[in-house]
Formats: sequence, C-alpha cells, structure tokens
Amino acid sequence: MTLANVIEWLLKGLVWVLVLLGGFAYLTYYERRALARIQVRIGPNRAGPWGLLQPIADAIKLIFKEEFMPARADKLLFTLAPIITLTPALIITAVVPFAPETANLQLFGRTITWYIADLNVGVLYIMSVASIAVYGIVLAGWSSNNKYATLGGLRSTAQMLSYELGLGLAFIAVIVLADSTRLIDIVEAQSGMWFAVLQPVGFVIFLIATLAEVNRAPFDMPEAEQELAAGYHSEYGGMKFALLFMAEYDKMIAICIIAASLFLGGYREPWFLRDTVLGVDQTPWLGPLYVFIKVFILLFGMIWVRATWPRIRYDRLMAFGWKILLPLALALVFLTSIGILLAEQVNPLYRWLIPLASLVAGFIAILGMYQTLRRKEYARA
Amino acid sequence: MDFTLILFFLLAVTALATALGLLLSRNAVYAALFLVLNFATIAVFYLLLGAPFVAMAQVTVYAGAIMVLFLFVIMLLGAEKLPKGEALPWQRPLAIGAAALLFAEALYLLVQRVRLTAALPDPGTWENSMESLRQMATMLFTDYLLPFEVTSLLLLVAMIGAIVLTKGERTLRA
Repeated sequence: MTLANVIEWLLKGLVWVLVLLGGFAYLTYYERRALARIQVRIGPNRAGPWGLLQPIADAIKLIFKEEFMPARADKLLFTLAPIITLTPALIITAVVPFAPETANLQLFGRTITWYIADLNVGVLYIMSVASIAVYGIVLAGWSSNNKYATLGGLRSTAQMLSYELGLGLAFIAVIVLADSTRLIDIVEAQSGMWFAVLQPVGFVIFLIATLAEVNRAPFDMPEAEQELAAGYHSEYGGMKFALLFMAEYDKMIAICIIAASLFLGGYREPWFLRDTVLGVDQTPWLGPLYVFIKVFILLFGMIWVRATWPRIRYDRLMAFGWKILLPLALALVFLTSIGILLAEQVNPLYRWLIPLASLVAGFIAILGMYQTLRRKEYARA
Repeated sequence: MDFTLILFFLLAVTALATALGLLLSRNAVYAALFLVLNFATIAVFYLLLGAPFVAMAQVTVYAGAIMVLFLFVIMLLGAEKLPKGEALPWQRPLAIGAAALLFAEALYLLVQRVRLTAALPDPGTWENSMESLRQMATMLFTDYLLPFEVTSLLLLVAMIGAIVLTKGERTLRA
C-alpha cells in the first residue's frame, strides 16, 4: 500500500461517482423519453436540442428548492438517510471490471486497470452491499415522523429481505457455473457462452429479484402513489430528495451493470463474435462499449416493464417471493450443480442439460404461480 | 508502526464505542443502528485476519438481514422509546458480574498468548477465495457435519414454530 495506490483509488472512485452522477441525470431523461414514446407522447423536448438539457434544468430546480424539516422528525437520521441510501448504490459496482486486462492503460509508469477493486470475493461483496442497501429507505421512512413514510419504509424492508434470498441463490448458480467468486473470472468464463443462455431461468430470477430490490415497478410498493402519497420520501424535498432520487436511478444502473457482468458476459463480446475483429481479445478497448450497450438494453427493459405492468398487490408480492421464487431458485442451484457435475465427470455436452432442466423447472413454477396466486384464493372477503 | 496495527486499534476503538452506544442509547432505533456499525466493524476485523468470506457473510447475514428484521420489528411496534428505569432489577448486577468474568477470561487469554508461539494466519493467505470457500465447505460437510445438521434442524424448528403461530392466529380470526 503506497501513496500512489491510494491516489489512484481515490481518482478512480471520483471518476466513477461522476460517471454515475451523469448516468443518473441522463437515465431520468432516457426513462422519460422512452416512457413517453410507449404512452404515445413526446416527452421532454424543450430544453436544448431534443430536450437534452432537461436533466440539467431539473438539477438546477432541485438545488434551489427549500430544504425543510418535518415537525418532530428525527433530525439526525432524517439528514443521514439519503446519504445512507445513496452510498451502497455508488460503491456496489466497485468490483465490476469494464475491460479485459489487455486494455490496461499505462499512465505515469503505473498500470491503470479497468476496475476499482479486484476482490476475490466480488460476488459476495455485491451481495453484502445489496443487503445493507435497505437501511437508507427504512430510516428515511421512519425518521420522517409520517405514517405513510413509515409504512413505505416497512414495506420496503419486508420486500427487500424476501427477494434477497432469491437474488442470493441466483448468485450461487453463477458462482457454480463460473467456479469463482471473482468478477473477472466470471466474465472470462462467459467467453464461450453467456450464462444467460446456460441458465436462462436464473437470469430471469435475477432480473425479477433485482427489480424488487431497487423498488422499481411492478414492485414499487414502498412508494405506491395511490396508497402512500410518495411512500418513504413523502417528506423529502430539495437536495435530500435529489439524493434519494439519484440513489434509485444509480441502483438501476448498478444492477444492470451487475446483470450484464454475471449473465451477459460483461465486457466480453457476444460469444459468436469471439475470434473476429469485434472480439475484445483483438480490440480490447471495445470492452466498456459492450458493457454500455448491454446496460442500455437492460435499462430499456426496466423502463418497458414500468410502462406496461401494473403494480403487484402486497400479499401477492410476498407469496410470489416466498412460495415461487425461493423454491425455484433453490431448485436451480441444485440443477446447475448436477449439470456441472455431469459435465465434468461424464461428458461436457451434459451442461446443456442445465438450461433444459431449468426451463422445465421454470415452467412448473409458472404452473405453481397460477395455483398459488390465482384470484380465488386471494380474493378479498 | 505497522499499517495493519494502526487499523486494528482504530477498529477496536470503533467497536468498543459502538458497543457502548448500543448499551447506553435510550432510543431502540439508535441502539439497533449502533449494533449494525458494530457488526460492520467486526466484519473488517475478519478481513484483517484474512477471512474475506466470513467478513462478507457477517455483513450480509448479521448487518444486513438480521438487523433489518430488528429494525422492522422496532418500527412496526413503535417501540423505539425505551422506558426509563429497569424492567428487570436483577439484570444489571448480573450483567456486571458476567462482564467482569468475560474481561478476566480475555485478560487470562492475553497473558497466555504472550507465551503462545502459534501466530495468527498471515492475512491474505488465500490467493483464490474459491479455494478457501472449498476448504470451508469441505470442513463443514465432513468434520463439522453433525453441528451443521443440528443447526439446520434448529432453524427448521424455529421456522415451523413461526408458521404454526401465525396459522393459529388466522384460524382464530376467521
């Protein structure tokens, strides 16, 4: 550990935070434009060409808004909560690599890598940061001294805890497939085939669970407008609200980056382009571009889901998480392990049993979903 | 002074301060948050000892899942304001006695340790965490199989107990 090392980490961290800040600003623009198109509107198009300056106008508005403190709020926690919410969203992507080792830069006689930290427990790091991400929202809800905010905070706690289990099991399927917990190894293990192809149901579980983790539609119960005003951030305004807002969108970006790295090959090219000029082995600087394209597409998926699916009712949310998602994820870990074992011991072709078996399991889960969640059983008395 | 040693003392002070904060704060939410900080500090201790998996598990399970449930219950019951005075009058002397015993034990071990030659494992022994994970899993499923299974049975019993309790309530209401 030298001073140069520390400076390098600090600079990289600063650059990454700035990237996430810009990403947040333009993700709101992207979301509003895409949502508008889906709803046959135009969306923000007045500030600057194609409305490109809209996020900057929004930021200026938020900066100049009044900071207020609700009566009898817990002042310390009310101020800290937005910071606690934002921090996990910023640090969770520290372990994700954005380009292969061959793309390392040589600056001032130092090798600058395309990741902030090379943790050999990378996946577990992501898991643990995701598990502490719930605190900010709960504390924001509780410290506001507002019943709707508190209800929103409590809802988010229960929801995030329930879906964390499915998420963790989806991570385990990836760890088993890659035989490593290091993000770079996981990405490199997908140079032959993406894990989204080998474990499609695991990918879907990951997407659903992360949607619930970041409280996005159709799992946006903690801020359900019709029931809870604005949920946990009802009492927030000005820059404190901006921080909560930024946390939500940075979490979206972060989980899309993580999904891309764990299931879609991260900085690796699509597997069929492996030995061409478009592969990162031959042109390493394409790595960040591939990550960007994958994240862009995944983000569109999230916006699309928000535009088309109604919010899921709370009891069904819980029933789905515990009775469908968790058993299915457990079964997937089991099937994946068996597939890997057969592929290693008998014939590598047996690994194609993993997607087949998991698709069958997924189909059974859909049947189970119909059984558990159908109207009759959950009809209100 | 070694960097690790400085870090160790900083962490030790943090751990003690957060533990004291947990004991002394009169607001249950703050007490729970102090405990979260304490768990996080302990996790960094594990990192210093070269056990990244245990550190991450500590954060995920204790600081993440379990303490969130604590907070959930505190907030759901609105029990954040702790009453003045003691609910159990015999608790404080007993706690002081137990603390003294624990302290004496720690002191004894510290004195013993000066004579012990076995050093702590070098931090960062495991280049590949998968190796250490594999080692740990092998240990769990061979040497410690019985405790492992007994623990899982205990958790299963607790889970079934919770389900039975809530089920009974539902039939009563109907």
